[in-house]
Amino acid sequence: MSVDKDTVRRIAKLSRLALDEARVGPMVDELNGIFTWVQQLNEVNVDGVAPMTSVVEQRLKMRDDKVTEGGNADALMANAPGGEDHFFVVPKVVE
Amino acid sequence: MSKTIKGATGEWEIVIGMEVHAQILSESKLFSGAATAFGAEPNSQVSFIDAGMPGMLPVINRKCVEQAVRTGLGLKAQINLTSVFDRKNYFFPDLPQGYQISQYKSPIVGEGEILLDMKDETITVGIERLHMEQDAGKSLHDQHPDSSYIDLNRSGVALMEIVSKPHMRSSEEAAAFLKKLRSIVRYLGTCDGNMDEGSMRADVNVSVCRTGGYEKFRVDGDFKHLGTRCEIKNVNSMRFVQLAVEYEARRQVDILEDGGTIHQETRRYDSKANETRSMRSKEDAHDYRYFPDPDLMPLVLDQAWVDEIAKSLPELPDEKKARLVKAGLSPYDATVLVAEKESADYFEAMLATGIEAKAAANWLNNEYFGRLNRSGLAIADGPVTAEANAAIVAMVASNMISGKIAKDVLDIVWSEGGDPKAIVEARGLKQVTDMSAIDKAIDAVIAANPDKVEELKAKPKMVSWFVGQVMKQTGGKANPGVVNVLLKTRLGIVDEG
Amino acid sequence: MSLPTTLTDFTLAEARDAVQSKKVSSRELTSAFVKAVAGARPLNAFVTETPDKALQMAAASDARIAAGTARGLEGLPLAIKDLFCTKGVRTTAGSNILSNFVPPYESTVSQNLWDAGAVLLGKTNMDEFAMGSSNETSHFGPVFNPWRARNSNANLVPGGSSGGSATAVSGNLCLAATGTDTGGSIRQPAAVTGTVGLKPTYGRCSRWGIVAFASSLDQAGPMTRTVRDAAILLKHMASVDPKDSTSVDVPVPDYEAGLESGVKGLRVGIPKEYRIDNMPAEIEQLWTKGIEWLKAQGAEIVDVSLPHTKYALPTYYIVAPAEASSNLARYDGVRYGHRAKGAKDILDLYERSRAEGFGKEVQRRILIGTYVLSSGYYDAYYSRAQKLRTLIARDFTLAYEKCDVLLTPATPGPAFGIGDKSADPLAMYLNDIFTVTVNLAGLPGISVPAGLTAEGLPLGLQLIGKAFDEATILRAARAIETASGFNAKPTQWWRAA
Repeated sequence: MSVDKDTVRRIAKLSRLALDEARVGPMVDELNGIFTWVQQLNEVNVDGVAPMTSVVEQRLKMRDDKVTEGGNADALMANAPGGEDHFFVVPKVVE
Repeated sequence: MSKTIKGATGEWEIVIGMEVHAQILSESKLFSGAATAFGAEPNSQVSFIDAGMPGMLPVINRKCVEQAVRTGLGLKAQINLTSVFDRKNYFFPDLPQGYQISQYKSPIVGEGEILLDMKDETITVGIERLHMEQDAGKSLHDQHPDSSYIDLNRSGVALMEIVSKPHMRSSEEAAAFLKKLRSIVRYLGTCDGNMDEGSMRADVNVSVCRTGGYEKFRVDGDFKHLGTRCEIKNVNSMRFVQLAVEYEARRQVDILEDGGTIHQETRRYDSKANETRSMRSKEDAHDYRYFPDPDLMPLVLDQAWVDEIAKSLPELPDEKKARLVKAGLSPYDATVLVAEKESADYFEAMLATGIEAKAAANWLNNEYFGRLNRSGLAIADGPVTAEANAAIVAMVASNMISGKIAKDVLDIVWSEGGDPKAIVEARGLKQVTDMSAIDKAIDAVIAANPDKVEELKAKPKMVSWFVGQVMKQTGGKANPGVVNVLLKTRLGIVDEG
Repeated sequence: MSLPTTLTDFTLAEARDAVQSKKVSSRELTSAFVKAVAGARPLNAFVTETPDKALQMAAASDARIAAGTARGLEGLPLAIKDLFCTKGVRTTAGSNILSNFVPPYESTVSQNLWDAGAVLLGKTNMDEFAMGSSNETSHFGPVFNPWRARNSNANLVPGGSSGGSATAVSGNLCLAATGTDTGGSIRQPAAVTGTVGLKPTYGRCSRWGIVAFASSLDQAGPMTRTVRDAAILLKHMASVDPKDSTSVDVPVPDYEAGLESGVKGLRVGIPKEYRIDNMPAEIEQLWTKGIEWLKAQGAEIVDVSLPHTKYALPTYYIVAPAEASSNLARYDGVRYGHRAKGAKDILDLYERSRAEGFGKEVQRRILIGTYVLSSGYYDAYYSRAQKLRTLIARDFTLAYEKCDVLLTPATPGPAFGIGDKSADPLAMYLNDIFTVTVNLAGLPGISVPAGLTAEGLPLGLQLIGKAFDEATILRAARAIETASGFNAKPTQWWRAA
């Protein structure tokens, strides 16, 4: 399986990465190099093998239902570009 | 109501399925310790986890899991002891992580069902599944012409997504489904169902097909028989659900009758214009790239824990209704009473004082609920306690007061408060059953109305006028039944069987 | 034992003893390192130096020592990889997208160190978002290896992604440092800088507050001058953290105890698949020497097979980018980090902020990750890779029926020149060939300096252990350290610069 320019543009869009047209071609080559290389995984018979869903042999830990965080809008906003009145601000979104 | 729409070329069936997002009642969020209360100052209930800050990790809230299991049990559904959390990846400013933690292939709850008591039949609507997921934050678009403002208080709040099977066939059934589901979660205490606050939202899927299509689907499960569906997102009231379904079904029929095809798409219901509108965006359809969240192991539950939760379930609407019908209520009255947990609890509180179910139901339905509706009050805000209403009903049942006096007493308690029994005592409202007193009143009425007595000989039905007069004479306190019997005897009227 | 005359020559263990016994004050020790850091700017090992904070912490430590309340790492100056969020101190992850990010919280691992009394010298440089094997992808410029080949002035890479930490330790700019290892990012730089680097079992150290790269592979670990130092530092870094769902409930043992107990009777497995094609002779020879050293100290050498070894790198380069593409979605310019100027709409904001904020390698891996998770490719790539992972882990489980640890080379070669391998991503990826298996299986691994190449560049040997058996790989590493007698030090060429 190989990628073409349209695929790369589509993936870039999905990833929200602006990709100059000049970089699309080289990126196609780089990605194809990598995808060709990973094709070797198809050599392996994986019938009946479960995907590794968790590295850790442990049950999911659950916590108590208590309010232990929040209430610190200042800390939250401290690194916000262009925040106002404790709101995060972005260009108008049309839903 | 008809389950078909008449088009120019024939009849069409409507098929409806619903995905309901219900906020779980809990103190803190699904994967963080921030508070969940509605209406707080912007970004004041946001953990660094909810804000998707670097290095933050989710830890699941046991109470939220319990609430989801509880709801699953209330839907008579299969509880999956192992379930998996997946990331649903997409970009939106109110989704700080750039993904929502949800459950895709292995939800916590499997198939179940909800019963709908429609006017002429009871319908079973299948539940496909229930899973847990994070809610997103809120965007405000009207604060500024060029900007949207983001508040993350809601980001990370636990949601149950309840997916129905496409078993609803009319707009009324759709509204009834939502109403019943809301009632069930309120009974269970797992969601407050406040649609106006956004704690419950519905995505409604509507399609139309030629008559017979639905039956074919029920036989072989092939969705193609149902036609192409459109999804109406985020409908936030039952009335709007009904209106949206009606508009959408008609829209689809019109297109198909014109020879067009329905494009599967997402739409929004505009309540002002009463229409649905396409939400088709400029971008590609979402590719959510679901994969199991590597920050969380699979959720594994003990059957013993699930069993404990099952034991703690309250009596649910269907069971309560069955019990009340057994106690003598009509199915209709029982349905009305159990529809809301508040009214059912109120009713039970009345029964707890020892009065009879039918009398209590009649009193509530005929007298108290009407007054509440007219005053625009919910049961919880009504001025009369269950015990007070029960006392009134008890006094009627024991013949201490008449039905009419009972209404007066209710009015007094409503506007002035007080103990009904004490009011009856203090104002001398006790029913007069003393025969001689009634005889005296009858004498007085007969003596004062000789002409009416004459008329009576020709028109025996006029006896009711006499009853009314005697009641007036006794200030309404005579027992009307006794008055009736005595009058007839005195006036020589024979009861025609 | 006599102490070094130069304060910056102390090992962590020596400094600990000196400070605890009041032979040296923390202020003296810290000042010496602060000076060394300032004088080593040509190496570019630090993104942020914190001299004022360091001296404040040193003063506080001296007070504690005087009061007799000294803790385990009291007054000892450490360098922290810039992937660990440090409260109030800029944390960049080597990226422009976080170039001005000041976390309002502290990572669990670094908090553990401050709770033990350690002193912060600064945040070390690294490959951007930990993606790299040479520290050449940092937004803040490459790091230079303190080592140079004999008779050469060419700048060499220190390995990556924890290149800054490795350089700081190797160049005596700190007593020890923290690193993170996702595919080899502690062990590989340690090997090419002549230092010790340990990646603990997955789940041993908390990931809370560490900027996430690949959630199921990332693990924090110590980078030190000696094996004893690694044991000491690991003891304090590790903890059971309720804020990290992947933190495993295993108590932290005293890793120093038993360090000298030798390897008699220890079964050391030699996996044949690690003898790769075109293996450089020097690597082969070092490996053979390592086997001899352990054998001479009573270990039993066992040939084992890890049949799926060759598939580990391609598996890694599917799984890691996939998780990274999702983990890095939060860097969107909305709530923190770099935001592109003059964005005309939200899409523009996202696309340009991320394109401007992320370097080429990060962008490439995000694209790979997005692709392998996307609709139609998930089964062929991601799902298959996760199955390979199960097989790779199983290989180790089976091998451990015949042995207790595995001995392998750490890297396919010594430090290479800046720019030598940046043209072809695949060439760079091959640096991790011996290390990625360990991350995929979640096992502990340590790299210990074992010898020099003909050109005088350090090489390391790797020991891989069973889950949570860091104690065994530490004592085996100690045995190699003792036998190799490695005590070479880089010439301090940067001082002249």
